[in-house]
Amino acid sequence: MKNVIALLCGLMFGVGLAVSGMTDTAKVLGFLDVSGNWIPDLAFVMGGAVCVTLLAFRLVLRRAKPLLSASFSLPVNKAIDSRLLGGAAIFGIGWGIYGYCPGPALSALLYLDLKTAVFMTAMLLGMVLANRVGST
Amino acid sequence: MLNYTTPLIGGLLIGTSAVALLLLLGRIAGISGIIWGAVSAAPDNSWRWLFILGLLVGPLLYHTATGTPYPAPSSLQWWHAVVGGLLVGFGVKLGSGCTSGHGVCGIGRLSPRSIIATVTFMATGIATVYVVRHVLGGL
Repeated sequence: MKNVIALLCGLMFGVGLAVSGMTDTAKVLGFLDVSGNWIPDLAFVMGGAVCVTLLAFRLVLRRAKPLLSASFSLPVNKAIDSRLLGGAAIFGIGWGIYGYCPGPALSALLYLDLKTAVFMTAMLLGMVLANRVGST
Repeated sequence: MLNYTTPLIGGLLIGTSAVALLLLLGRIAGISGIIWGAVSAAPDNSWRWLFILGLLVGPLLYHTATGTPYPAPSSLQWWHAVVGGLLVGFGVKLGSGCTSGHGVCGIGRLSPRSIIATVTFMATGIATVYVVRHVLGGL
């Protein structure tokens, strides 16, 4: 049952990314190009998603536990430190260079553009490198 | 012309998916964390691979069912994909999250960490596009 739920949630998320335009790097870069030929449309993606989570997460997290699992798995780290800020800053630079963040890149893989596969491979390598740096 | 309908519908679907995952399985729909957990063989991993399978197949369902063509392939160079991918991967792992984990879910939980992370990566994303397009002339 849990696996079916995970698959359905992934499908809904993937459809959402494709419907929204987030799997189109040209649109994403146009959205980030605020001083040029700005395409503001994609603000509604994050806006729409955050409206739902802001309202519904409050209700969900009032529960003692999730419906199909023993407990909520929430991030415990509260530190606002150089890792958080540096990591987020580096992520944004990469996002601005190619136009993909992790979800859309993964969702666009089966469009079978080889450059997306190259991006994903480089992304996984970047994660491994950060994991090495982080553990020293 | 502003097209907000499909971005809004997409955003609502993404938000609803994140709420369902939290309500039912108690998990945060942070894609970078799910990918990392999947490839690093975290315990209790089958839900991650199935979520990823859904992410892969969902767009194909959408494009097939509606007859919407795939987005045009990127016109950027190969090195953009390599450098962009490396920085995205390094950054999301170091900063513990991406647009979905920090942006959609973290802001939804009103997490100060996530709000600051989201403002930061939006700012450097915008600054990067500005520098690449308007200072360096497109590279």
